Amino acid sequence: MGRYVFKLPDIGEGTAEAELVAWHVAIGDSVEEDQPLFDVMTDKATVEVTSPVTGTIIELNGEPGQMASIGSSIVVLEVEGAGNERANGKAAHAEAAPKADAKPAPPPKAEPKPAPKPEPKAEPRGAASSARPPAFATRATPDAKPLASPAVRQRARDMGVELQFVAGSGPAGRIEHADLDAHVSQGRSARGSSSGVRYAQRDGVEEIKVIGLRRKIAEKMQEAKRRIPHFAYVEEVDVTELEALRQQLNMQKRADQPKLTLLPFIMRALCEVLPDYPQINATFDDEAGVVHRHAAVHIGIATQTANGLIVPVVKHAEARDLWDSAAEVARVAQATREGKAARDELSGATITITSLGPLGGVVTTPVINHPEVAIIGPNKIVERPVVRDGHIAVRKIMNLSSSFDHRVVDGYDAAEFIQRVKAMLEHPAILFMGGA
Amino acid sequence: MSDITCQVLVVGGGPGGYVAAIRAGQLGLDVVLVEGDRLGGTCLIRGCIPSKALIHVAGEFAAMRAAADGARFGLQLKAQPDIDFKKTIAWKEGVVDKLNGGVAALLKRAKVRVISGWATFTDAKSCIAKTKDGEEKIRAEHVILATGSLPVELPFMPFGGDVISSTEALSLPAIPKRLAVVGAGYIGLELGIAFRKLGSEVTIVEAENRILPLYDSELVAPVKKWLDRHGVTLHLGAKAKSARAGALQIEGADGKAAQVPADKILVTVGRRPNTEGWGLETMGLDMAGRFVKVDDRCRTAMRGVYAVGDLVGEPMLEHKAATQGEMVAEIIAGRDRRFDPVSIPAVCFTEPEIITAGLSPDEAKAKGEEVIVAAFPLAANGRALSMDAGEGFVRIVARKSDHLILGVQAVGAHASELSGEFSLALEMRAVLEDLAGTIHVHPTMSEAFHEAALRALGHAIHI
Repeated sequence: MGRYVFKLPDIGEGTAEAELVAWHVAIGDSVEEDQPLFDVMTDKATVEVTSPVTGTIIELNGEPGQMASIGSSIVVLEVEGAGNERANGKAAHAEAAPKADAKPAPPPKAEPKPAPKPEPKAEPRGAASSARPPAFATRATPDAKPLASPAVRQRARDMGVELQFVAGSGPAGRIEHADLDAHVSQGRSARGSSSGVRYAQRDGVEEIKVIGLRRKIAEKMQEAKRRIPHFAYVEEVDVTELEALRQQLNMQKRADQPKLTLLPFIMRALCEVLPDYPQINATFDDEAGVVHRHAAVHIGIATQTANGLIVPVVKHAEARDLWDSAAEVARVAQATREGKAARDELSGATITITSLGPLGGVVTTPVINHPEVAIIGPNKIVERPVVRDGHIAVRKIMNLSSSFDHRVVDGYDAAEFIQRVKAMLEHPAILFMGGA
Repeated sequence: MSDITCQVLVVGGGPGGYVAAIRAGQLGLDVVLVEGDRLGGTCLIRGCIPSKALIHVAGEFAAMRAAADGARFGLQLKAQPDIDFKKTIAWKEGVVDKLNGGVAALLKRAKVRVISGWATFTDAKSCIAKTKDGEEKIRAEHVILATGSLPVELPFMPFGGDVISSTEALSLPAIPKRLAVVGAGYIGLELGIAFRKLGSEVTIVEAENRILPLYDSELVAPVKKWLDRHGVTLHLGAKAKSARAGALQIEGADGKAAQVPADKILVTVGRRPNTEGWGLETMGLDMAGRFVKVDDRCRTAMRGVYAVGDLVGEPMLEHKAATQGEMVAEIIAGRDRRFDPVSIPAVCFTEPEIITAGLSPDEAKAKGEEVIVAAFPLAANGRALSMDAGEGFVRIVARKSDHLILGVQAVGAHASELSGEFSLALEMRAVLEDLAGTIHVHPTMSEAFHEAALRALGHAIHI
């Protein structure tokens, strides 16, 4: 058995409350679905409200002549099944608004069943509800504009305050400058729970000047997105074997060697595949109309610093082994975070990797680091059930989200390139075979 | 063809456009304004200002004729006065020229580049302006459309010859002996009354059953009285049919055809937004009926393209256009602004003048307001009586529950100058007690507003 809390429905007149006119049932009555429960009266009509469920009445809140607000708990029934009340009945009880000041429910008709739970009568939130100030200013005519002089309206707009939420103290409820001030300061200080308002409204707009590194980033991103017609390509990579290899290597590494992340492996794979895709390891001088295809692979590593995003560069990744790559990534990233990276270490990339590690998400659409033409974004690794030879196996799966400059990289080539990278990462032995 | 790029392109040099351009210039924006005619727009060149000049002369002339017809206030002229209408028109042109030059100087001071030519848009952010020196291609980050409106033509009686619009009526070579006016809205009545004062025999033909159909009958009554008293013929519920040589064919309220003898036929049946001939169709904007659709920031459906004034809807009034123009300039400069006035006041410069601001009693009731309506007659106002202007009243509409002033209307000679206080009271959201507690100078007509408020509160002094 469960408790079903029936809240006074919106009678459809836009009213906030209705007068309870008569009960058609009493506590202990068994009611059928659609059986009339009570009558309420609004400005316009008396409405008979019927039961939405079959059950037994265990609570009636309010007496004829009282106002009941729309949405307040008015009848509680005991029903088959779980009812609609949340755990332990606390929530529904807390919402039974008018009950606190209601007189005892009318005496039960026939064999009275004791009310099942003589819960505390003084329900703090319900009781407070009648006394607390309205959450926003109410007006005589609902559609009326807030009353305020042009200067007050202008100032409110400049402050980012919606005047319909400001209570006016002037004649006819006119909002004065002082009301606006009061509203703003009230919004800033957290309102005490005693007022009954749980969610304080926040106003005001803070202006942050976009300067320094942030401006540089903004300009660079805008430039990239404005100039480069990006296309994104996402492929799924099974990194189970690669992860096993990585763990193995980390276990037997020498003390002076850095811990390997996935990054050096991806760098290695890029270095192996890129010679076959010179249009991807390139920079595009679009003003001169020239693509520079680079023999070297200088990999930009997108790095989050306290000030924002910076992309230090691992030079000649093609000439570095895993350990060297890992050490160099660690070194330039550290230098960048400490603000010690040389200018030379922050420029000259031919391709960029942007990895958020465990925050990598499912798919990203990275922004190309202009004037490069490609950016590779590994997403997070998750264990997924995949079908292998007709069986379901649990594999470590990682998505590879990449973006290319469609002006100089065709979709077909990009897809082929990523497939090659995928093949390398899925079968990491190939990574070290050279010339594969 | 040379290329111009700018931050703000304003098309139309009327009150919406030039105010927007000046304000944008003040805010440091790089502004180009293109105007195909003279700066100042309908209002300055062929509307408000020239018509008020003509109305002023007509009033002076009528006063002199009254003095010649019989002693008034002891003033007497021995003979009927003469009018040299060419000089009248020249004086009017002088007023227009002065203001036109003033606008040009203000634009220059705000560092607005003015291009005299006809702009035709090729897309939403670029246009080609044909000037006398060739073509200029203009591209802008933001565009403000302020192309204004044109008089509506009757298809069966197009403008030309003796069928004239308000534009021609303000520059006639001579006072027409007999003038027929089609349409008894405010433009037709203002001009009809002015020409009556100048000596024309005036007949007004109106399809509705009353003059000034948009104003309530109490406000219109003094105007109707003036027309009757001064021998203006009214054909109400009548339709203009065709223009013949020296006459206007009408179908009377009884359905019978009739002839109105007329040397000139002035057609004032409304104005329509100027949406043709400048490439609006290439811009991809949404329309709201005949008007360009805008939101409360005057933004069109196209990002960065704004429209103001007559082009975006009724009321087609100078002060609305100018307010919107100023607002749009501030929005482009990055400020948060909305067009949400409490009232857009309007004045008919008829005899006597009519002012409306905010809600009329009927409009307020239609909105479900319970109201107090109180009027104070100018016949009880000392200053009005001392100017022989005791006809008319000031009327106030206030909410019964909290005395908030919802509307103010007035009718009376010289009453148009009261309108500023009406608007201020509405815009400041004044209540009756605010007005009652404000000292009004004696002897002025503004006391009538004070007294109307007192009367609404139940304790007028002078009635």
